[in-house]
Amino acid sequence: MSHIHKRFPGVYALNDVNYELKAGEVHALLGENGAGKSTLIKVLGGIYSADEGEIYIDGQKVEIHEVKDAQKNGIAIIHQELVLVPYMTVAENIFLGREHGNGILADRKKMTESAQELLNAHEMNINADTLIKDLTIAQQQMVEIVKAISYQSKILVMDEPTSSISDKEVAFLFKTMRNLTAKGVGIIYISHKMSELEEICDRVTVMRDGQYVDTKVVKETNKDELIALMVGRELTNYYTRDYLTPGEVVLKCENISDGKMVQDASFEVHKGEIVGFAGLVGAGRSEAMKCIFGLTPNSQGTVYVNGNQVHISNPVDAVKHGLALVPEDRKLEGLYGVQSVKFNSTIEILEQFIHGISVDDKKEVEVTQKYIDMMSTKTPSQEQVIGNLSGGNQQKVMISRWLATNPEILILDEPTRGVDVGAKSEIYAIMNQLVKEGMSIIMISSELPEIINMSDRVYVMAEGKVAGCLDHTKATQEAIMQLAAN
Amino acid sequence: MNKQNKAVVFFKENMGIIAAFLILTVFLSIFPATSKSFLTAKNIFNVLRQISTNMLLACGMTMVIILGGIDLSVGSIIALSGVLAAGCVSRYSLPIAVALVVGVLIGLIIGVFNGFVISTTTIPPFIVTLATMNIARGLAKVYTGGSPVRVVTKEWQFIGAGYVGFVPVPVIIMIIVLIITALIMNKTKMGRHIYAVGGNAQAAVFSGIKVAKVKFFVHAFSGVMAGMAGIILASRMYSGQPTAGEGAEMDAIAAVVVGGTSMSGGSGKIGGTIIGALIIGILNNGLNLLNVNSFWQDVVKGVVILLAVFIDYVKNSKAKA
Repeated sequence: MSHIHKRFPGVYALNDVNYELKAGEVHALLGENGAGKSTLIKVLGGIYSADEGEIYIDGQKVEIHEVKDAQKNGIAIIHQELVLVPYMTVAENIFLGREHGNGILADRKKMTESAQELLNAHEMNINADTLIKDLTIAQQQMVEIVKAISYQSKILVMDEPTSSISDKEVAFLFKTMRNLTAKGVGIIYISHKMSELEEICDRVTVMRDGQYVDTKVVKETNKDELIALMVGRELTNYYTRDYLTPGEVVLKCENISDGKMVQDASFEVHKGEIVGFAGLVGAGRSEAMKCIFGLTPNSQGTVYVNGNQVHISNPVDAVKHGLALVPEDRKLEGLYGVQSVKFNSTIEILEQFIHGISVDDKKEVEVTQKYIDMMSTKTPSQEQVIGNLSGGNQQKVMISRWLATNPEILILDEPTRGVDVGAKSEIYAIMNQLVKEGMSIIMISSELPEIINMSDRVYVMAEGKVAGCLDHTKATQEAIMQLAAN
Repeated sequence: MNKQNKAVVFFKENMGIIAAFLILTVFLSIFPATSKSFLTAKNIFNVLRQISTNMLLACGMTMVIILGGIDLSVGSIIALSGVLAAGCVSRYSLPIAVALVVGVLIGLIIGVFNGFVISTTTIPPFIVTLATMNIARGLAKVYTGGSPVRVVTKEWQFIGAGYVGFVPVPVIIMIIVLIITALIMNKTKMGRHIYAVGGNAQAAVFSGIKVAKVKFFVHAFSGVMAGMAGIILASRMYSGQPTAGEGAEMDAIAAVVVGGTSMSGGSGKIGGTIIGALIIGILNNGLNLLNVNSFWQDVVKGVVILLAVFIDYVKNSKAKA
């Protein structure tokens, strides 16, 4: 792939990216969240069309505009979220869309036989007659691989294939990958995990901010060099932060566990402090916050607010104890998209102006306006349907909603995701103002520059555990990545 | 300032159906074949009485649909509550007051059952209420052996066919229920919570809203509405009919949808539903006055529903573009 460009409204997603894959090699694609890896893969797979640039396969220039073009050219992609039909058999899934038969009736028996042959040929202990839903994630992945091979694919893309499978299954996956490369298949391997690169990959290409950075031979490089390449961007200066001396401990959490994603996480937050939570996607940061906010049934651990042990079993308790949580996925977990800015601003504090059947409209309007002004939210009116606002303004309303509860401790989960640069900067300034006024903020973020420039201290989580805590003077991108990438 | 704004906003958002309502009314008032009979006090109260049961169902259905669900059981609840209430009076010679309580209670019980299953499991409301629809209808037939339960007590007719002054009793009940519904939806925390759960149940959980409680309340409310409608209908017909209210759930859904409430939940106004029920009622009345064959009436009704929803669709797709 050479000189690939892809622009989205407001974002330059791929800027002059080059990538080269040899037959029979495993070539890793490395970069932070948002570096453009997925976009590049989507261009290769025909999900997006490149604005500029060429793709060559076996020296021939090819045009890939839709998924069919990619398949025709022997490109198969195994997405992070597997896309198999759960209530169909393994065989039916492998031959989906090109069923054996006479054109009208599918020949189930023949299909099952050829699927089983394929599975056996790759030493996969899976029955072709099983329903997909009855397989483990790792087995489903194997089915995806067999499906890809059955298309006679020469190029196989694997997007974080090890993110949800066990070590043993990883070993088998790697063995299968080696078998494939021995047959001349080229594999593009996307992963965050440094340790895996050394084990399975031949070369690695690093991307950053939608740009090509460098390509290295894995044996001739090391973890530190790769991390430096990944994060080596220049930091912009739109952060507002006055570091003050934090006060006493306001929140102390001990041995928080949810039995799955979070294991014995302990941390504390001081008054007037911004505490950053860094880590890779899936490290258990959001899940830990959900535990202390009473959103996870059967979670374990002890929470102290201002030195007193508290029992929080639902969000109402949490708010009562001065906590507020602005969730990670605005659309899914926060917005009432068809309702107004006002509705969305005040849903958390209804008891302040609704008593029985009397609504104090004036007060509701006042409160809403107070936060619109404070956050400088741009909206034509309070009655505006929130779904029509920009991401940044939606996020400001989300923060308003929780500020209205007057929290002592504000938890912001990815506060600037999907927010444009201007609004980001404004949100940083507001955070700075809030801690100056004595509030404490926990900020989960996958954007390292944001973590580094806004936090007093940074907790780094990895695989559900707190891997370490860094003071803001010591929190460099390299130090954080060292802790985060096990 | 705010009150006026709200009225203006409501008018703008519902321009389509308000226009349809006005055109229909004006047409029937001046069209020679209907002008004499349509715009008389007698006929207007007649229309209001005819739509009263549908309006009750539509009040519950509005909440259910805003919640993102559906309640198919209301038509059958009409039958079961009607036959049991009538049975209380005619078979067991119980006081009418007891019969009324029994009728409402039947609606409440089935509504509570719907609410319980829907709020504690992930079984879709469509399936749950489809089941209770069949159960309630079946029980009504079992209880009556398939034939009506006649009531000869004179006082029994008061609820469905009586008057207070010159206003039919069902119309009074309808107005009281409409006021209560409007208050719940616009003035209480529960009302806000219904919109919140219907708009984004996941966000409601993060907001600490007790989602199960909201679902439970709304379905119980819908059941009570149907129970009351059952009594009114049984009273007007001097009998509890096991076949009463067949398809009534569809008329209620039609009124709600014509009134601009989105089937995907989270938005809608009781005011819209009122206009929706009025349009359907006036349409039926007008077509009767025009002597249109009842088979054709169904066709016309269907076309009107489609038109109303289509206007909504065009408006929304423009708003997004």
